[in-house]
Amino acid sequence: MAVISRGFGGHRRESDPSLPPGQYLTTDFPVLSAGPTPRIHTDEWEFSIATESGAVHKWNWEQLHALPIVDVDTDIHCVTRWSKLGTHWRGVSLDTLFEGVDTSYQYVMEHSYGGYTTNVPLADLMGNKAWIVTEFDGAPLGPEHGGPARLLVPHLYFWKSAKWIHGLVMQKTDQPGFWEQNGYNLYGDPWLEQRYS
Amino acid sequence: MSDVTSELQDNGVAPASAVDTTVWRVGTVVSAERESTSGRSLTIDVPGWGGNLAGQHTDLRLTAPDGYQAVRSYSIASAGAGQRIELAIDEVPNGEVSPYLVEDVMVGDQLELRGPLGGWFVWRPEDTGPVQLIGGGSGIVPLISMIRSRAAANSAAPFRLLYSLRAPEDAFYRGELGRPAPGLDVTWLYTRRTPDDWPRPAARITAADLAAVTIPPSDNPMVFVCGPTGFVEAVADALVGLGHPAARVKTERFGGA
Repeated sequence: MAVISRGFGGHRRESDPSLPPGQYLTTDFPVLSAGPTPRIHTDEWEFSIATESGAVHKWNWEQLHALPIVDVDTDIHCVTRWSKLGTHWRGVSLDTLFEGVDTSYQYVMEHSYGGYTTNVPLADLMGNKAWIVTEFDGAPLGPEHGGPARLLVPHLYFWKSAKWIHGLVMQKTDQPGFWEQNGYNLYGDPWLEQRYS
Repeated sequence: MSDVTSELQDNGVAPASAVDTTVWRVGTVVSAERESTSGRSLTIDVPGWGGNLAGQHTDLRLTAPDGYQAVRSYSIASAGAGQRIELAIDEVPNGEVSPYLVEDVMVGDQLELRGPLGGWFVWRPEDTGPVQLIGGGSGIVPLISMIRSRAAANSAAPFRLLYSLRAPEDAFYRGELGRPAPGLDVTWLYTRRTPDDWPRPAARITAADLAAVTIPPSDNPMVFVCGPTGFVEAVADALVGLGHPAARVKTERFGGA
């Protein structure tokens, strides 16, 4: 039973049923990251998917852009409690990138330029639910928001949408990544409010 | 998290396994101090709180008489064992929670806390290497907890603080930072208006400022940067430009609500 905070509640924000529990709406685009922003030029950028067989599937910037580019309109939810509705992105579906990938492992570690990692089940990347995005609101994705390319997995808290994405490594078991080792939830469903470990 | 648990025990802070950091605990405000024109510190007694490391934060929950709730995260200004924690809050204009905490809440009032949270932006007393702290505005809060943790542990780790403020009246913990412990060096920097006869004109922080008054990369300091996003981005970029390895620069950004 929660205690009542005397006199609180006069300046409440309007509730919005499209927001997960404990989130508030923002029209800004705040930034959460743990260190300096890596600066990656598109001519040196590379993305890979590595599997248990030792196979490494690689794409450079031109090869990524030769794949079908799709528009994505979605809401995003940050563990620090802001949500942003109706964001617009462009990028390549993970379904497309996994088309030629043969793996029996069910878990993925996302690796970023700069060394950060975060874990996600493969099932959460498949089925038109996740993309490698390179544009936000009609412009190239800025470095502070993860450019030149970030993962977008909007049905999970936004730290699972790794900035400065560099590669995916298939995992036999669900191991915690950088953020998960530092107190955040292994899965991170905003609708179940899975913020912390 | 087993390595974190063992270090908590080394610090005399309750082991994580003994304290459930996911439950809401009722806290009672035991003192409130005006810190600046827009900020206030609150000391809160929280039975069951298991202590915290310097730099960690807490969730704070307020409940209105009709059951409406709002939750925000705040950095903790205190560190160590015990069930009393100190928060310092800067009022965000038109915010929902911060104006209540800065203007309305009184000694004796109750609110709820959950934590401590976060295992990255922390300093542990057993770390003996040099530490550079760089705070912008209310970003001083987790840094003051590191300064206090260092003093409480009688640590000889060299500390430097660079504190960037709009104007003198915006300073948090001016008195405490005006009497630094041995081995702590404090530099003030003003971006809009300086005190009288201040040598550096009011201006945003630059790479030249960082080169002049922070620990050089050759000393391999751990650098903690906290403040608004633009401040943190600019400072972290400049630090990397000066030669600090990115892995030695830890950042925390403040968004307002």
